[in-house]
Amino acid sequence: MGALLSFFVVIVLVLIALVGVKGAGLYVLFGTIIPYAAVATFILGVILRVIKWSRSPVPFHIPTTCGQEKSLPWIKYNKLESPAGTLGVIGRMALEVLLFRSLFRNLKTELREGPKLVYGSNKWLWLAGLAFHWSFLIVLIRHLRFFTHPVPEFVNIIDSLDGFLQIGSPHLLMTGVVLLLAVTYLFLRRVFIPQVRYISLPADYLPLFLIIGIATSGILMRYFYKVDIIKVKELTLGLATFSPEVPAGIGAVFYVHLFLISSLFAYFPFSKLMHMGGVFLSPTRNLANNSRMKRHVNPWNYPVKVHTYEEYEEEFREKMKNAGIPVEKE
Amino acid sequence: MAKPTKPPKPEELVKIDYNPPEKPWMEVPVEFKPGTFCYGTRPKYLEEVGLPNPREWSPTDDDWKLPSDWKDIVLDGIGERLKKYRSFQLFMDICVRCGACADKCHFFIGSGDPKNMPVLRAELMRSVYRKYFSTGGKLFGNLAGARELTFDVFKEWWYYFYQCTECRRCSVFCPYGIDTAEITMMARELFNLLGCNTDWIAGPVANCYRKGNHLGLEPHTITSNIEFMLDDIEEITGIKIEPTFNRKGAEILFVTPSGDLFGDPGTYTCMGYLMLFHELGLDYTWSTYASEGGNFGFFTSMEMAKRLNYKIYAEAKRLGVKWILGGECGHMWRVVHQYMDTWNGPADFLEEPVSPITGTKFENAKTTKMVHIAEFTADLIKHGKLKLDPSRNDHLKVTYHDSCNTSRGMGILEEPRYILKNVCNHFHEMPEDTIREKTFCCGSGTGLNAGENMELRMRGGFPRANAVKHVRDSHGVNMLANICAIDRATLSALMQYWVPDVEVCGVHELLGNALVMTGEKERETDLRLEPLPGKEEDEDV
Repeated sequence: MGALLSFFVVIVLVLIALVGVKGAGLYVLFGTIIPYAAVATFILGVILRVIKWSRSPVPFHIPTTCGQEKSLPWIKYNKLESPAGTLGVIGRMALEVLLFRSLFRNLKTELREGPKLVYGSNKWLWLAGLAFHWSFLIVLIRHLRFFTHPVPEFVNIIDSLDGFLQIGSPHLLMTGVVLLLAVTYLFLRRVFIPQVRYISLPADYLPLFLIIGIATSGILMRYFYKVDIIKVKELTLGLATFSPEVPAGIGAVFYVHLFLISSLFAYFPFSKLMHMGGVFLSPTRNLANNSRMKRHVNPWNYPVKVHTYEEYEEEFREKMKNAGIPVEKE
Repeated sequence: MAKPTKPPKPEELVKIDYNPPEKPWMEVPVEFKPGTFCYGTRPKYLEEVGLPNPREWSPTDDDWKLPSDWKDIVLDGIGERLKKYRSFQLFMDICVRCGACADKCHFFIGSGDPKNMPVLRAELMRSVYRKYFSTGGKLFGNLAGARELTFDVFKEWWYYFYQCTECRRCSVFCPYGIDTAEITMMARELFNLLGCNTDWIAGPVANCYRKGNHLGLEPHTITSNIEFMLDDIEEITGIKIEPTFNRKGAEILFVTPSGDLFGDPGTYTCMGYLMLFHELGLDYTWSTYASEGGNFGFFTSMEMAKRLNYKIYAEAKRLGVKWILGGECGHMWRVVHQYMDTWNGPADFLEEPVSPITGTKFENAKTTKMVHIAEFTADLIKHGKLKLDPSRNDHLKVTYHDSCNTSRGMGILEEPRYILKNVCNHFHEMPEDTIREKTFCCGSGTGLNAGENMELRMRGGFPRANAVKHVRDSHGVNMLANICAIDRATLSALMQYWVPDVEVCGVHELLGNALVMTGEKERETDLRLEPLPGKEEDEDV
């Protein structure tokens, strides 16, 4: 249901772009205005969201400890899973952000005859997630060639590494294919694993379809319905240098690609895709396990009503005296 | 109140269907199944601590007697907490519903109820958050996964947020560290704005507030309970121990959960502490005022937790001790390690803890000034300060259960193991995916250790029990050691149900067995007054 709805939304987006440029000839709208608006929404939206998050303080020191604490000097403590200082936290966060450490732990729990619970390794989600995010990043970096002149050397290097298989002409870029495969896996697991299907919202399928659409249109454009790459670069470089112009004669598939990207960018700050920024702020991961060593201050800590020792002794004085417990007032 | 129902037999209970129903979860109404929820709190407990809306009520009633503006109270409560807790705000926003947490929750594994998947438990709250606090939810409603807050939704929250033990296992596996405990805590705070605590939590809170401990032990009862233990120790060892209470000028204040003072097997652990401190000649005191390390306020609201926790520092200050030593307890140590200093510190009237026996500075506790007894004892053993005869535990084949809070909210993993390996000869770990940071909850934490929800407890404890069964079958394990008072109480019931020939103990009970005390007589029994096996053949190690 959610999947169908999201699929439909993306189809409508594709049609809007096609009708917009082919039918109505709104090249300026789809070639410059919408991309600018989308990027502005993205930047502003992300900043506002992060500011909103940062405004909520971290009142308590709540790292999830996934290893031995730093305690006695002869006990080896786990610097990455239970870091005691900033360096360890940086290491922990780097592992989390770059290699998806927590997802790597993933297990599959199975109930067998006996009854016996069995925990099997289950790294597919980790693998697909990692493949998806890294290939997406490399694809993004590769696209810098459209927004720079001259193209920086590292972009060329990445480009040639990506195409080192040297299959076909133009060379097949692996990351594009990996991206499409990984995102397809992420979609299929959502549909075929009953529990995951049960929790999935339209908002979970929409980004997947958008990205599938973006990758597909990109691949179509590169290998099949080739567009005039010189003119594309004229347009994109114009966008990057704030001197937008829309050369005539770029194929419609480019505008579909661009519009889907614009949709993704504009949607990003309002969606779960903000996990990209959120992971950095997660207090169960980005705090050191040193709360008995270093005092953590709660900015909104306030006095509370307590039951004092005096009140306690007042109530129990006789019983305390009879039991031989010292009291303040005889 | 309805009578507690007995849980079905294990072979019935284990028929678990993990397939979610056909209907979308928002359309599946909550059903209060007998044996899976706790009684609603009696009004007197709320009155004693001044919490709102005290009245007679039951979760099975059609009318919960909520104030007419209950919805505004809840929504304002959510808004306030979003601004106060980054964790809450963030965890409402960034979940991608990847499902990695789903089969990590002991309640889901034991029940198959999809609303026990951590992700869906959180979605119960997120859906309402979206409706009232997010643009997408306001605009697109159900399509954006948003729904209205209705009384049925509130009841659903109540049912499922009292089926989470805040164990944090899901947060270990979550790629963003989303901790369902943070969401459950907020939900429970909201319930308490409307007087909807459970009886089993509110009672101990009221007891602890006025009498100093959850069990409501008055000062003279504490001393006489300990005297019973001292008599037993004298019978076993021939040594008369004379601990002190509320003594000013002692070097150390000792605080332990009151569960150790009442009922076995907690009392055996307590005997272990008493014997250890006596043998060391430790200058320490008990307190009858700060006679609770645990904190059921923590399962009520942060404010209530702080109000109860206040006593520990206050008493340390009044007695003029140098530092505080804490007994074996799970959530007590989450609170001491991650909250106490922030709530009620700075403890600048105390000194940086130093072991008077070994001279070790506990630098990891230098601002909070409270040391875990497993840290303290491990240090003693490492320095060769204790004479131990592990063969006195030879009748026991021991495994160790990491408590949720001490493993995932503190990281004390090696110290208890080091002690165990020094005090007993037969120690076997459970499978690695069920221990340390991946340990399974006893199924009864966060105040779910009542009698009326026994089926829920047996379901939630199933993964833990199943791992114990594994080492029972493969290594003949017959003793489940731990460092948590709630574990000692709840795992006993869990073992009886799933693995009946395994008993439960604290680490310091086994230490008490092994500890060779100066001037002790030849021991005939262990701390449970059960005869030591094969004594004649054994040579002293």
